[in-house]
Amino acid sequence: MTPSIKTLLAVAVLATAGVAAPSVTVAQQVPAGTTATARTSALSDSALDAQTAAVSSQLRCPVCQGESIQDSPSELSMQMREIVKEQLRSGKTQAQVKAYFVSKYGEWILLDPMAHGFNLVLYAAPYVLLLAGLGVVVVAVRKWSGGGKQPDSAGP
Amino acid sequence: MNWKRAAIASLAAVPVIALFAWGFTKDPNNIPSPLPGRQAPDFSLPVFASGEAPMALPVGDTVHLAKLRGEVVVLNFWASWCLSCRDEHRTLSQFAKRYADKPVHFLGVLYNDRTPPAIDWIREMGGQEYPSVNDRDAHTAINYGLYGVPETYFIDGKGEVAFKQTGPVSDEVLTRVVDSLIAALPAGAKGTGAADSAAAGLTPAPKQAPKGTP
Repeated sequence: MTPSIKTLLAVAVLATAGVAAPSVTVAQQVPAGTTATARTSALSDSALDAQTAAVSSQLRCPVCQGESIQDSPSELSMQMREIVKEQLRSGKTQAQVKAYFVSKYGEWILLDPMAHGFNLVLYAAPYVLLLAGLGVVVVAVRKWSGGGKQPDSAGP
Repeated sequence: MNWKRAAIASLAAVPVIALFAWGFTKDPNNIPSPLPGRQAPDFSLPVFASGEAPMALPVGDTVHLAKLRGEVVVLNFWASWCLSCRDEHRTLSQFAKRYADKPVHFLGVLYNDRTPPAIDWIREMGGQEYPSVNDRDAHTAINYGLYGVPETYFIDGKGEVAFKQTGPVSDEVLTRVVDSLIAALPAGAKGTGAADSAAAGLTPAPKQAPKGTP
């Protein structure tokens, strides 16, 4: 394998690592002492719609292929979006609404897997691949610059 | 060269191949439900198809799941547009008839459908022994983590989901699960049957109840 092929491979690994990295979902933080009523009154229609869209885009449509309930036009997704909205309106946090769906459908319902247990492999893999790619690049560069050249033992 | 390189490459490939091999042993459509072992979500839904005596319930009455506690409940989610529901309908209906004198309640739950076509469907299928309720906004279906129809949930005497069947249910599964749940009931609860619906908070329909009125 020539150094240029190695370089191409390394670039491909780096690009894959960047694309494959799942985004980590940050649970909504609610200040201590905030009551449901206070949150509800503070939640305008547009804010409610925005929060509904934010939660819905993280939930998998059960009758589709890799689509969120926000993007899916299916009847079930529409009904699930309504439940999301109802629960947010009643004062539940985004994390509580997601926890409700997880309790019914399991973690499968989350488009981004939770960062625990075996799922950690998914989060660690891109960085491991990134390091491996860097390793390949370092080896290739060293060879190009002569660092890895074998001494010429065949003298005249 | 390059035995060393070949060995390293092979070793690197092994986990990837193992991962793919493991993936092929899994059915992507078989998604485990978190419900079995947990309390069955409660509901109150209106009867739209009465069923046949002795399981019949008056159309318009409300079935409240909590009132069936102490007996086995078989919840079957279905729809008239669902082709697989046709496959299991006769099996379920005949099984319910066979178990009419046992402490088990059968209940159809209409999912994402309108009642007129559902009633026509029941008529077309030659009737349905047990009553059906209408889950108009699919809240009950979502509370049960429904993916599609048909799905059947078996609820034990303590009100917990004991088993979930995705897709058409067979006589073998019905027999195995229902028999085991009846066997697990306290001695006093066994042998009451659907005829004891009144004791469970339900009023059985008259013997000549209509099969389904919108």
